[in-house]
Amino acid sequence: MSVRCSIIGASGYTGGELIRLLLDHPLAEVAQVTSRRQVGAFVHTSHPNLRGRTKLQFVSPDQVEKCDVLFLCLPHGEASRSIEKYAGLAERVVDLSADFRLRDAAAYRRWYAEDHAASAWLDRFVYGLPELQRERLRGARLASGVGCNATAVNLALLPLARAGLIRSAVADLKVGSSEAGAEPSATSHHPEKSGTVRTFAPAGHRHQAEVAQELGAFELHMSVTSVELVRGVLCTAHVFPTRAMTEKEVWSLYREAYRGEPFVRIVKDKSGIHRYPEPKILGGTNWCDVGFEVDEATGRIVVISAIDNLMKGAAGSAVQCMNLMCGFEERAGLGFAGLHPY
Amino acid sequence: MDTGTYTIACECPECGGRVEFARAPLNGEVVRCAECAVELEVTSTQPLSVVLAPEVEEDWGE
Repeated sequence: MSVRCSIIGASGYTGGELIRLLLDHPLAEVAQVTSRRQVGAFVHTSHPNLRGRTKLQFVSPDQVEKCDVLFLCLPHGEASRSIEKYAGLAERVVDLSADFRLRDAAAYRRWYAEDHAASAWLDRFVYGLPELQRERLRGARLASGVGCNATAVNLALLPLARAGLIRSAVADLKVGSSEAGAEPSATSHHPEKSGTVRTFAPAGHRHQAEVAQELGAFELHMSVTSVELVRGVLCTAHVFPTRAMTEKEVWSLYREAYRGEPFVRIVKDKSGIHRYPEPKILGGTNWCDVGFEVDEATGRIVVISAIDNLMKGAAGSAVQCMNLMCGFEERAGLGFAGLHPY
Repeated sequence: MDTGTYTIACECPECGGRVEFARAPLNGEVVRCAECAVELEVTSTQPLSVVLAPEVEEDWGE
């Protein structure tokens, strides 16, 4: 039986990706999509790739009717201020914003510099990365989204963290401009942005809180740099382990951790063009590719992960969550293999 | 060496993955590990043994 889905805040990039995914989902139909500024406009005016795929028009959030699954793609803070209302509209809610990712209100205050508007709801949400929370997501009513950069780091480090092998780690992320969303700004103005390699968060990136919450306590440093990409995250994590490890040991650990994962692949080839994870070939897909190398001279383990920030880092994981929440096959609607060349 | 009912296999010396042969391997045969893509040379069939095959490296701009 299929589910009726609506999307609040669907004119942005993650909303557009959700519409694209749900239109091709075998067990979902898109009921309503909202945008305050685009009321009445056809979806393809904001998402031109969907021209001819749907005749949906944006409606006001106030016009949303009850549905089975409600996706929230709202600016920071808006979902938490209206969660009572939205939770009353659907049996299941997936909030793609950062509002319900953290379980601890004090951590939220520390990282977001404000009190949470609905802290009593924090415990009701399940963190929406299936590789970390699959069993809790099955049948869950409320799921958060994931931070795209957090996802790249979480999946890079998960096997080592679970084994308690990380003493400290430095995650250096190179990210695409779509992470900044669909709203232009002076910093994204083409003459200013084009050709830049802009480190915008040398320290203190908020997604670090999600990694700490999900992977536990070890010393973690994160730096994020915007590069000449539209989509994509490449995480290079320098791990200083608690003991020396051989490359074969790391292979064994990652192979075991990700065996059977539907959307994580180990990419560490001794031949070929793309020997390590490469975001370019993941555009539009829900894959996370993970590779590594051991620097045996120093003991450092370099783990590399790549995702499409709008997919595995947002809309793709959200649909994967919906599949688990609704008891669907986890891969449903997420089979796109990507383009090559692209 | 692992000789399952239908598959002959051994461990990749590079990554520890399982290298499978759909038919009887030949001495000197070069195969590729499906997990890490390294080239392996069969040095013995009884018992089955493989070593890393020499490969031409690119300098990747170094």
